[in-house]
Amino acid sequence: MQNLLAPGHRACAGCSMPIVIRLVLDAAGPNTIVVSPTSCLEVTTTPFPESAWEVPWIHSLFENAAAVASGVEVVMKRQCKDTNVLVIGGDGSTFDIGMGSNSGMFERGHKITYICYDNEAYMNTGVQRSGSTPFCAITTTTPAGELSLGNPRPKKDMPAIALAHGVPYVATASIAYPVDLRKKVKRALQVKGPSYIQVNAPCITGWTYDTGNTIEIARLAVETGLLPLFEYLNGELGEVKKIRRPKAVDEYLKVQGRFRHLYKQPGGAEIIKSIQEIANRNIEKYKLVD
Amino acid sequence: MIKAGELVEPGSTRITKTGAWRTFVPVIEHDRCIKCSLCEIYCPESCIHQEKGLFVPDFEYCKGCGICSHECPRKAITMILEEK
Amino acid sequence: MMKVVEGSYAIAHAALCCAPDVVSAYPITPQTHIVEHLSQMVADGELKAEFLTVDSEFSALSVLVGASAAGARCYSSTTSQGLALMYEVLYNVSGMRLPIIMTVANRALGAPLNIWNDQQDSIGARDAGWIQLYAENVQEAVDTTVQAYKIAEDIDIRTPIMVCMDGYILTHVYEPVELLDKEKVAGFLPPYHPNYILDPQNPKTFGAFADPSTYTEFRYLQYEAQRKAMPKIEIVAKEFAEVFGRDFGGLLDSYRTDDAEVIILTMGSVIGTIKDAIDQMRSEGKKVGLVKVRSYRPFPAKALMKELENAVAIAVIEKDLCVGNEGALLTDIKAALYNSKLRMPIIGFTAGLGGRDITIKDIRKVAEKASAKDSIESEFEFLNLRKEIL
Repeated sequence: MQNLLAPGHRACAGCSMPIVIRLVLDAAGPNTIVVSPTSCLEVTTTPFPESAWEVPWIHSLFENAAAVASGVEVVMKRQCKDTNVLVIGGDGSTFDIGMGSNSGMFERGHKITYICYDNEAYMNTGVQRSGSTPFCAITTTTPAGELSLGNPRPKKDMPAIALAHGVPYVATASIAYPVDLRKKVKRALQVKGPSYIQVNAPCITGWTYDTGNTIEIARLAVETGLLPLFEYLNGELGEVKKIRRPKAVDEYLKVQGRFRHLYKQPGGAEIIKSIQEIANRNIEKYKLVD
Repeated sequence: MIKAGELVEPGSTRITKTGAWRTFVPVIEHDRCIKCSLCEIYCPESCIHQEKGLFVPDFEYCKGCGICSHECPRKAITMILEEK
Repeated sequence: MMKVVEGSYAIAHAALCCAPDVVSAYPITPQTHIVEHLSQMVADGELKAEFLTVDSEFSALSVLVGASAAGARCYSSTTSQGLALMYEVLYNVSGMRLPIIMTVANRALGAPLNIWNDQQDSIGARDAGWIQLYAENVQEAVDTTVQAYKIAEDIDIRTPIMVCMDGYILTHVYEPVELLDKEKVAGFLPPYHPNYILDPQNPKTFGAFADPSTYTEFRYLQYEAQRKAMPKIEIVAKEFAEVFGRDFGGLLDSYRTDDAEVIILTMGSVIGTIKDAIDQMRSEGKKVGLVKVRSYRPFPAKALMKELENAVAIAVIEKDLCVGNEGALLTDIKAALYNSKLRMPIIGFTAGLGGRDITIKDIRKVAEKASAKDSIESEFEFLNLRKEIL
């Protein structure tokens, strides 16, 4: 395995984000330039005067990673270099504040592979709700309370937005399936245009679970059907990862602090049922179970 | 030391020994190890590497998260409370 | 080659001569013609640049961050609302020491929405770390664009530059302009070879975060660079004059100030009108002169003190307003002179906001008020305020 992310970075013990980076860079190799928005990734890997990145890397602002990457990509194209240009950024930047910038990059057709490590909230600033936060998850801005069962809105379907832009390669991936993730990154890098891969990234601090369980929780997300692992090539659904032994969403929810209120508060059981329905719909739509 | 424009050398976080963070430390039973390399793949610190065919954590950086122990298919890694 | 062209075309042509690698464009009146001309030049193969039509002004400057960090010479232009939208990126570009050149076609900021000229946009961004050079006419804007690359890309400077020209007044005017010769500009401007770029052969991290123990030193380096830019601006103006035969001044310029009692201080295209007014007043025996601020940032305090030292009164005319205080240039010049021995009265006028014309009559009124010397009525006022519609 190529180790293009050095140790000594400040990510929490057991954080999924460095695992995402290591796997992505292993697939992409050293002939790569990475652009990142403001994020946990950025602050933990590049505290001046240190950097964990063994490839060229640039951070500009929170909402413009795709735009900055566009500028890098046109220069690589101009110089006839086959250097990979990647964006690796969090969900806050990808789903929300960077939407305009992402939309522009997608529709201009730059050869950029956009990897969103999705920990389903604004984690860098202390766990606030983002457009990616799932239904009824607790965050500091969607806490549980007398009048609240957590985030009242469903998760934004960012892969669908990428598809609507005609992005030729759109996929979801998981660190619990590293071979699949690496394969998808390699496929994305071959595309002569933009590609989007959303990688589920459990967060110990935000989702509240024990540090050693990161991969386990990522696996449960897939095994329950809540996180279908699929790829779309030129708008057509391609391979999906089948679930051999599907699990009830309960197994995924009960091990995370951000859903624990559903087991205590009135109305929680209904919510768990509706989350199960989301999983069931995914299983049906993508034919995840044979 | 300060270069205009905040340029920073690659891999320079190595100067920070995050091993000081840990409470638990992984102990690998090499006899049980089947060299699947999942511990190396999953380690967030890139600190499990192969040394003479054995998988060895770099204790200068290991934060003691326990992912390697949790994921080892042969339960060859145990997390123990580190004596300091 | 002397040609009657639209101001916007002249600027686009100047940018073409500088051979930028990457140009980004987003439409906003009154700079849109500049990017339209540039896109035609690209389409015709005249300008061999990557031309990006982006999704917003924020993206327009952001793509140049990536391109410049990757080693490309970059150009863009904007105004008013667009400049305000890219405010965050302005600090980012200057903090990362990327020598991007941007034309700002000065325009009023809404609300209320207004597409006509004033300088609130660039003056509002005066602290963002960019060098700001203000042009009095189209020719100067053309010449300054070329000079800007030479100043910005200097290894000791590495500071982005806004070339400010009054929107509509200079962008949409048709007048004879000496269009530059590409080869001559290529000889004048060395190719852009930054020390560090995004390069897998020599990986570096750009844009790390700096905590309290180091942040100040980064800002200090920028402060130092702008101080070094002051002599550089002068030198480059002289070098340009030697090659191209035109000199619009370095940090400052002056007009009929030798024995002037009242000196008018200002920036931008209103200078043309002021020069005419001065000629009129001079023919009547009134001793009025003009000092033009060409470089607003870095602020040439010492140079200004020297130019103004023999004035009996100074009148500042500016197309901006710091709501809650007064005009920005007025404040800056008073501050610059405070600790010196100079104690002549300095009065200020905000004029031309939202594109309101400044006439010769207005300038004469200003000079008259300044001449009142001991009985100055007010230190700061709105010139030609329409009291009847209030």
